[in-house]
Parts: sequence; C-alpha cells; structure tokens
Amino acid sequence: MNKFKKITSSSMFLPLFALGILLLFNIVFVNDFLAISMENGHLYGRLIDILSRSSSLIILSLGMTFVIATSGIDISVGAVVAISAAICCMLIGGRGDGIPEHPMILAMLAGIGIGVICGIWNGLLVSKIKIQPVVATLILMVAGRGIAQLLTQGQIITVYYKPFSYIGANIPGSILPTPIFIAALMVLLVILILKKTSLGLFIQSVGINPTASRYAGINVVLIIFLVYAFSGFCAGVSGLIESSLIRAADANNAGLNMEMDAILAVALGGTLLSGGKFYIGGSIIGAITIQTLTTTMYAIGVSSDQLPVVKAITVIILCLVQSKKFQTVFNSWKNKRQSQKVVDRT
Amino acid sequence: MNIRSRLSTAIASQYFPFFVTVSLFIILYIAGIMNYRGFTHAQVFYNLFIDNAPLIIVTVGVTFTLLIGGIDLSVGSVVALVCMSLAYLLKNTSIPVFAAVPLVLLIGIAVGFIQGYLITMFDMQPFIITLAGMFFCRGLTAVISRNTIIIDNPAYAALASERIRIFDTGFISVGAIVAIIVLILATIFLKYTKTGRTIFAIGGSESSASLMGLPVFKTKILVYIISGFCSALAGIVYSWIMLSGYTLHGLGMEMDAIASSVIGGTLLTGGVGFMPGTLFGVLIQGIILTFITFQGTLSAWWTKIVVGALLCVFIIMQALITEHKNKLSSSSSIKSDK
Repeated sequence: MNKFKKITSSSMFLPLFALGILLLFNIVFVNDFLAISMENGHLYGRLIDILSRSSSLIILSLGMTFVIATSGIDISVGAVVAISAAICCMLIGGRGDGIPEHPMILAMLAGIGIGVICGIWNGLLVSKIKIQPVVATLILMVAGRGIAQLLTQGQIITVYYKPFSYIGANIPGSILPTPIFIAALMVLLVILILKKTSLGLFIQSVGINPTASRYAGINVVLIIFLVYAFSGFCAGVSGLIESSLIRAADANNAGLNMEMDAILAVALGGTLLSGGKFYIGGSIIGAITIQTLTTTMYAIGVSSDQLPVVKAITVIILCLVQSKKFQTVFNSWKNKRQSQKVVDRT
Repeated sequence: MNIRSRLSTAIASQYFPFFVTVSLFIILYIAGIMNYRGFTHAQVFYNLFIDNAPLIIVTVGVTFTLLIGGIDLSVGSVVALVCMSLAYLLKNTSIPVFAAVPLVLLIGIAVGFIQGYLITMFDMQPFIITLAGMFFCRGLTAVISRNTIIIDNPAYAALASERIRIFDTGFISVGAIVAIIVLILATIFLKYTKTGRTIFAIGGSESSASLMGLPVFKTKILVYIISGFCSALAGIVYSWIMLSGYTLHGLGMEMDAIASSVIGGTLLTGGVGFMPGTLFGVLIQGIILTFITFQGTLSAWWTKIVVGALLCVFIIMQALITEHKNKLSSSSSIKSDK
C-alpha cells in the first residue's frame, strides 16, 4: 500500500499514466500502431510520427514550464510562432525556382531572434513595469498575428527552397526526422542549464515567494525577465519547425491554439499553475501525451475543430485534481463516507 | 492648492482614464472629419453602433468579470455557440423564434454558472478555466455543425433588417438599441445597487469584502453568469448581423472585448472601472476600422496592430497611475501624521 502511494504521488505518475492509457487504446484499436518500417533510409511509423509532431510542442512547453514556475503565464507563444515563421519564410523568399533570397542560416537566426525579441518585450512588461503576466502577454497575442500578416503582406509565402523542408522532415542520410533532434538538443540545453547553474532553484523560489527571494538576494526582476525571454526563444525555434512542416508561412494558422497545448502539457506534467516547483521531465512527457491524444482523436474520426472539446474537459479535470480546495472537499467527503460505513457496521 | 497638486489629484481620480478615452475618441473623430468628407455624415456615427453592437454587449459582460479581478475568455466562443444553436434550432426543429431565443440565452447562463462555480468553489484561476470554456464552446459549435447554417426564418430575418430612423439624420438597428439598453442597465446596476457595490468591493480586496460580511461567493458566481448571459445576448445580436451559424463566428472577440474594456478605463487588477468608458473603448476600435475602410489602401490587420498598441499604451498608463496613486496616498498619510 505504501509503495503504491509512493508511486501514485510521484510527479511523473499522472503524465505517464495518461500516456500509457492512450498508447494502450491505440494499440488495441488502431491497426499497425507499433509498426515501424524502413523506407528510403527513413524510419516510418505512427510512433515516429507522434514523436516528430510533438517536438515543437515539447520545445514550447520547456519555455512555458519556467514561465509557469515563476507563477506567470505566456499566452503569446502561438502568435510568436507565427511571427518567427513569417520572418524566416520572408527572408528565404517564395521564389518558384527554389533559389533563396538570403542564406537559410540567416533566415533561421532571424526567426529565432525575433522570437527572443518578442520574449524580451514580454519580459520587460512583466518584470520591469510589473503588469500581470496574462495581460502583458495578451498584448502580443492580439497584435502578434497582425504583425505576422504585415510581414507576409497578408499572403501565405510558400518556400520552394529544398533544404528548408529538411527542418521539418529528414535531413538526407538521417533515419529519424529532424524535429526530434532539435527537441532533444533543446532538452539537453535546459538540463545543462539546470545542472550547471542554480537558475532552476532561483526560478522556483521566485515562484514560491518573490518578496522573500528578493530579501534572500535573488535578482527577481532579472530572473523573470530571463524566463520570458527564454519562452520567446523556444517559440522562435518551434516557429521554424512549424513553418518548415508546411513549407510556408501562414500568419493566421501557424501555431494556432499552441499556447493552450503548451499550458496543458505543463499542467499535465505536474507543475502547479500557481508556480513553485516545476518538473521538466513531466512537461516533456505531458507534451508527448497531448500530441498522442490529438493523433488518437484524429484516428477515431474527431475533426480538428471538434477536438478542443476533449482538450477543454482534460484541462478542467486536471485543474480540479490539482486544486487544493478540491482535495480537501474530496477528502472530507471520503472521511464522511468512511465514518458512515463504521456507523452502519455498529 | 497649486496647479501641480491639482493635476496630480486629477490623475489619481477614478475618472481620469475615462476622460483620456473620450478625448482620444473626439480627436480621432475630428481627424476623420478633417481627412475624409464622408465622415461628417451622422450615419457614420450610427454605423459605429450598428456594427459594434455585439462587441458592446460582450464588453459589458467582460467588464463585470474584470471588475472582480477575474477574466472571461470564453465570451467569443459563447457567441459562436449561441449563433450556431439558434440557427440549428430554427432550421431543423419546429421551435418558434420566441421560444428558441430564451433557450439559447440559457446556454450562456449555464456556461457562465459552471465557470463561475468552478472558479469560486475550487479557487481555480479564472484565466485557465475560461480558456478551457472557450475551447469547449468553440468545439461544441463544431460538434453541432461544421458547415454554415443559414437562418432563413422570415420573422427573424425581418427583425434583423429592421431599421429605426432617428430624426431624418440616419437610422439604427434593433441590435444597437439592445446594446445601448444593456449598457445603461449595467451602469445603473453597478452604481446604485447593493450587488453592484459588492462587485467593486470584491475587486478592491476579496478578503476584506468577505470579512465585511458581503456575499462574496454568490456575487462572484453572479458576475460570471452575467458575463455568460451578456455573451449569449451578444450572440443573438450577432446573428442579426450575420443571419447564420458558423464555427468561426466571434473569433478573437474576447481579446477585442478585454482591449475595449481596458481602453475604457477598467483596471485589470480589479475594483476600478466605469461602464460608459467601455462604450468608448469599443467605439475607438470601431473608428479605427472606419478609418481603414475610408483609407481603402490599408489592410484589416492594421486594426489588430493599432488595437494592440493602444492596449499596450493604456496598460502602461494604468501601471503608472497606480504607482502615482500609491505615492500620493503614502505622502498624504505622512502629511496627516505630521
């Protein structure tokens, strides 16, 4: 019993449990779910697909985990993804003969750079001017898609330059899709930062009590600023993947509703939305779970515009489980029932 | 009292953001008259109300939630859900219009109640619950139908195209009148009823309000119900404009509503706001759109950028005013100590 309790109370339990159920469901109901085949030197299969499609979400939820750990939130990531995609595709250019107008590496750096700039903007508003995070990032969420449309002149820029598609698909010669490597690289970077510096501890303490952290000598303003800048950086990177997947910049649809998925992934991973202790591993598993959920829903015939119903219900249940008040209400109800049972027996 | 201290008390006044908004609106209007000949027509002014009637109603609801320090992001999708349900009911069932309208209003009330109950009962963040509500309603709209449903009920269409003349200077739609009535009722409700003042008290400090013995729990749920009801009503007014139900109706309306409310002087931390200000917040957005139509060469995305910029300016102004107020109150307390 004690062991069982220890397992269920572990932070990784909930996301792994949800992922397990979803995978089991898929294995039973979807044909050839586990099959992985080798074609033209690339690995193909549903599992690879899920992992590759969840990469951009994993990257976003890395940034979001830190933001939420400082008891903030960044709802502009979807719009930042659109801006980054727009800049990148605009610099490469939509020339039909497949010749880039600017070197691709420059375009990629510009895409990531604009993401960082957006993050810095959010960070300044939240840390320096002290506006609530929801509202501060709301500004960019409203204006962001407008800016992206301004950059692309309201059109969808299609990129015919061949190497650009490698970011979202396979680099010739590699057997796994590139997004998986990018996500792995980002995860590695985050782990390195957490292991080699005490930033993780600082972020956590800022999330628990900013005033106390300031008295303890932590530069709270800087930490909050960095967290939002990093979230922007992550959004910039996933903007590259998103635009490369469709080989175009679609200002209206790139990264649409991704902020919701990222928040969901972080919440599923066990990080409390009120800030404090955070779990990077949980967020990563959470992101994969969300993507599996999406793929499963598509597989059983739920259309993309009906999918939000399922996700919304998941969010509400998750928040309920996390809510302290719900736990106390639930516990008192359970105690009452148990004492009722005892009374019945006697 | 010298000019400087008078100015600083004026800035700290509750109505300062309202005056800024109204002056901005007047300046924009004068600029319009000076640049484009068509702007002098009274109908241009009436059109602001006709086109933005749903947004005015939604903004009234959102302002209520902002006043208690909450937020409601589900409003836009409730508008879509209500439009779609109404279209579905009129098309596929024999329910008459006068029964269908209260039925869809109930949807809004139900959504508002569930959200309000979850937020209040379990102390959950209003932002995350209403975000989930937004996705839920938008998804439910797609579950009802993924295609556009046209409303072709003759009685309903006649009501939608009804135009009321105003002193031979132009005309106004039924929706605009509904919007103005809602605005007036909300202003009176906030200013002159017990519940209205309780809302301000909760926004100021929830724990103080509950220590004062005010019915915090009930009022908070009521506020979300009002917001849900307003968005359902806005959905009906929206269906008079669109005469159809579609999944993407009212997309992004929650952001427009919050932006209007903030531009109209509602403080996002709660407790401060003036309902007529929200009207001007909406009208400013409308006038920017009118500018873009009159100009002809600008594209619609400029509205988003300009509204985003305005939102930013007003939010920063709010932050500065709050800081100024804090300084003022601390300096006045020092004075009274002496």
